[in-house]
Amino acid sequence: MTQAPPKSVNMRIDGHEVSVPEGSTILDACRKLAVETPTFCWAENLTPVNVCRICVVELEGARTLVPACSRKAEPGMSIRTDSARVRLSRKVVLELLGSSVDMSLSETFAKLKSQYGADPDRFGPRAPRAAAGEREAAEPGHHEVPDGSAAASVGQPVKVDNELFVRDYEKCMLCYKCVEACGTDAQNTFAIAVAGRGFDARISTEFNASLPDSACVFCGNCVGVCPTGALMFKSESDLRERGEWDESKQTVTDTICGYCGVGCQLTLRVQDNRIVRVTSPSDHSVTGGHLCIKGRFGSTFVEGDR
Amino acid sequence: MDLKHLEDTPTDAERQAVDDVVGQSRSDGGHALAPDARARRSLLLPALLALQARRGWVSRGGLGYVCRVLEVPPAEAFGVASFYALLALAERPAAFAHLCDDVACSMAGADQLRAAMEQRFGAPHAPEHRAEVHTRGHATKACWAKSPCLGLCDQAPAALVTVAGSSPSAQAFGGATAEKVAAAMAGRAIEPASYAICANGPRRLLARAGLVDPTRIDLYQAHGGFEALHKALAMGPAAVIAAVTDSKLAGRGGAAFPTGKKWEAVSKAAATPRYVVCNADESEPGTFKDRVLLEEDPFAVLEAMTIAGFAVGAARGYLYLRGEYPKAASRIAGAIQQMRAAGFLGSQVAGSGFAFDIELRSGAGAYICGEETALFASIEGYRGEPRSKPPFPVHSGLFAKPTAINNVETLAAVLHIVREGAASYASAGTAGSPGTKLFCVSGRVANPGVYETPFGTPLRSLLEMAGGVPGGRPIQAVLLGGAAGGFVSPAGLDLELSFEGARSAGATLGSGVILVLDDTIPLVPMLRRIAEFFRDESCGQCVPCRVGTVRQEELLARLESGVTRGGVEAEGLLLADLGQAMRDASICGLGQTASSAIESALRVLQPFPRSTR
Repeated sequence: MTQAPPKSVNMRIDGHEVSVPEGSTILDACRKLAVETPTFCWAENLTPVNVCRICVVELEGARTLVPACSRKAEPGMSIRTDSARVRLSRKVVLELLGSSVDMSLSETFAKLKSQYGADPDRFGPRAPRAAAGEREAAEPGHHEVPDGSAAASVGQPVKVDNELFVRDYEKCMLCYKCVEACGTDAQNTFAIAVAGRGFDARISTEFNASLPDSACVFCGNCVGVCPTGALMFKSESDLRERGEWDESKQTVTDTICGYCGVGCQLTLRVQDNRIVRVTSPSDHSVTGGHLCIKGRFGSTFVEGDR
Repeated sequence: MDLKHLEDTPTDAERQAVDDVVGQSRSDGGHALAPDARARRSLLLPALLALQARRGWVSRGGLGYVCRVLEVPPAEAFGVASFYALLALAERPAAFAHLCDDVACSMAGADQLRAAMEQRFGAPHAPEHRAEVHTRGHATKACWAKSPCLGLCDQAPAALVTVAGSSPSAQAFGGATAEKVAAAMAGRAIEPASYAICANGPRRLLARAGLVDPTRIDLYQAHGGFEALHKALAMGPAAVIAAVTDSKLAGRGGAAFPTGKKWEAVSKAAATPRYVVCNADESEPGTFKDRVLLEEDPFAVLEAMTIAGFAVGAARGYLYLRGEYPKAASRIAGAIQQMRAAGFLGSQVAGSGFAFDIELRSGAGAYICGEETALFASIEGYRGEPRSKPPFPVHSGLFAKPTAINNVETLAAVLHIVREGAASYASAGTAGSPGTKLFCVSGRVANPGVYETPFGTPLRSLLEMAGGVPGGRPIQAVLLGGAAGGFVSPAGLDLELSFEGARSAGATLGSGVILVLDDTIPLVPMLRRIAEFFRDESCGQCVPCRVGTVRQEELLARLESGVTRGGVEAEGLLLADLGQAMRDASICGLGQTASSAIESALRVLQPFPRSTR
C-alpha cells in the first residue's frame, strides 16, 4: 500500500504565498520563505511550549498575536511578521527578559536587543540578587510588596553541587527546555520540574534537593538544550570564572562516541588540549541531540591529569 | 515507570488520608488501584489536599507516599504542590486563617482586621510567632496570612479558616473580626453573615436561592426541580442544543461565548468519551454569584450539568470548585449523593437509558485555574498552566477529549431555556442579550449581594436597587467586570448592563462584578492591589505575563509613592507598552487582561492631574 502524499497548506506571509505540508507550523512556513523569526524556547528536538513569546506574529482576524513556533499552518492564513504590534511585543519581551534575567551569554538575545531597540533599563536598576534559598522559600500567592525603585530579577547564587555541571539560575529564562529534555522528550528521568508560581516559578528538584540526591542521572541533556548558559559544564564554568574561557583558542571536532555500539555523534569543543564542552547535533539521526552521561561527560577522561 | 522515590516515610495518619482518597488499603504494599497512568495522575491534587487537611501541610513523607502510590515523579508532584496557595510545603500549625485583603475587603476594614490578628497571633507566615487558640482546654497552634478575594465581598471583610486533623474543618465567613477568626481556629462554628439575594424582574436564576432549603432533594423537586431534566430527556439531545442555541445564551464566566455553539461542536466531535465540566473556580476579585448558586441551589447546577451531558453525549461530568468555598463543597457533595440515591445520576438517569455521573473536584488556591485549559490541567494532576488555543476544548479539552466547559451561572440559565423555551427566555433582556444576569454588587453600597436583573437595566438603576452609597456620599467609580474588567466613572453610570451596552461604552460585564468606590476610597492603592493580584496569580509560564505583571506592580508602586521614573507621563507610556505586550503576546486571558482595569482607571478617572507631574 502506498502512503498518500501529505496534503499541503497554502497561506500568505508578509504578502508572499507559501505552501507547506499539513501539520507544519507558522514557523516552518516562515523558514521556508527565509523570513527570520526569533525563538528562545523552541528547539527542533523538543515539543514546542510557546512560553517565551518572542516568536509571536500577527494573524489576520485574530484578537491577539499568535506563537509561530506552535501554531499550525491553516489554509488561507494571512500572517504579518514585522507589523508594529509584532515589533512592540518582541521589544517588550526582550526588555522584560533583559531586566529580570542575566541574558549575557545569549548571542541571540544580544542580536535581537539591538535589532528591536530594546532597552531593559527602562524599568529601573536591577534589584539586588536574592540570598541562597530565598527564591525557593517563596510561597505561591504571596510576595513582598515592592516600592518600585528597582526591577525585580531572578538573581541568585550559582548552584554547584556536583563535578559535572553547574546551575546558574540567574541566567534562567524559564524556557522549560531542560524539563522537557529530562522528561518525555528525551531522558524520561523526571528529575526536575517547574515549581512555584508566577515570578517565583523556577526549575527545581523535589524539595529543592541537590542533584546528587535527586533522580538526576547526569546525562547532561538539560545542559545541551539550555539557551542562556544557565546550565553549563563545570569545566566551562571554571574557565569562565578564572577568565580563561577563550573561544578564539577553541577547536571543534566531530567524532563517534566510543563507550558503546550505538554510534552517537559527539561534537567536542577543545581549548588548550582539554575537552571543555560536549554536544551532539540536534538533527543527528541517532541522538537527536541527546546523549548519556558517558558520551556527555565521559570524554573528560581522555585528559591526562584526571 | 522506573522512578526514584523519596526515602522519607509518611505518618500513619498521612498514609490513611491518602489511602482514603486513592480508595485502597496500602498496608500490604500492593499495586496502585488505577490501572492507567492518566487516572492515577488525576488523583494527585485530591491526594495532596487530603494531606493538607490531615496535617495542615504537605510533608516530605506524605508527598513521597503519594508519589509511590500514584507513580508520579517526586519533582513533578513537588512542582504541582508548590503551585497552589492552599497547600503548604513547610511545617505549619493545624489551624490557619486566610484573611482577604482584596479590593472589596480592603474597603471594609481588612487592614484593621489584619492589625488585630497581628497583635494576637504575631506576624503573618511566621511560625515562630504562632500563638495558641484554646477550645475546651485543648490548645491548637494557629497562624495566618493574607489572601486574595475569597468571594465573600458581599459580607466583607472575609476570612477562610482551616483546621487540620482527623476530622478537618474549613469555614469561610464574612463579617470577620479577630474574635471570630480565633473562634473558628479553635474549631467553633461561625454564624454566617447576611447578604442580599434580590431580583427586579423574573426570578429565574434565583428562583429558589434563599427561599428553599438547598440541602433537601424533595424540596428541590417540590419547587420545579428536575422538570427541565425530564423535559430534556423527552426532547432528545438535538432539540436541547437547538433550544440553547435559539436562546442566544452566552457564557457568563466573562468571555460570553455562545453556549449552543459550544455544545453543538462537542456533540459533533468524533472523539470519545466526551466530558462536561462545570467551571466553579470563581475567583475573579469581586465575584460571588456562583458561590450563591452553588450554596443556595446546588441541585439546579447539577441538574443543568446532567442536561449538558445528555445534550453533548457525555457520560461523566466534573465540577471544579475553588478551594476557598467549603460551604459550596459540602452542599454540592451532599446534592450529588442525594441525586445518585434518587436515580438522577447513575446508570439510568431519571429512568432513561442515559448514564451520567458527576465528580466534585476541589481547587487549591489558584485564580488561573478558572482559565479553562488550566482547569483541565489541574484536574489531570498537573500544574494549572494554560495552553495555547487552538485546539479548543470542544475538540481537545479534559484528558484531550471533546469537552463542554461552562460557568455555573451559564448552566443555571439552561434550566429555564429547556423548561420554557427560547422565546420565553428572551421575554426578559435585550435583543442582543436575552435573558437575565446575576450581578455581584459590593463595595460602598447599602445592600451588597447578588442581584438578578434582565439584561438592559441601567447600571444606575441597579445601584439604586442596592440602596445606593451609604450616607449619600458621591460615587467615585464603579469597577465593572472584575479585576480583569474596567472602571466606570460617575458620568458613565447610565451604561446599559448588556453585552452590547457594555461594549459600546468600551467596558465589559466580565463576571458580573459591580464594585462601588465612594469618594473616600483612595484609588491608587486599589489599582496597586489589583496589580499585586495579577503578579501573585500569574502562573509564570509566559514572559509577558510572568515579568509584565511584576513590572506593572512596580510601576503602580511608584505612582502610589510619587517617586516616578521620569514623571507620570513617562510611566503612562511605559504602562501602555507593557499593557499592549501583555494583551497581545500572553498565552491566556490572565495576562491579556492584567492591565485592563488599571489602564481604564488612568484613562477614565485620571487620578493623576497634569499639574502633579
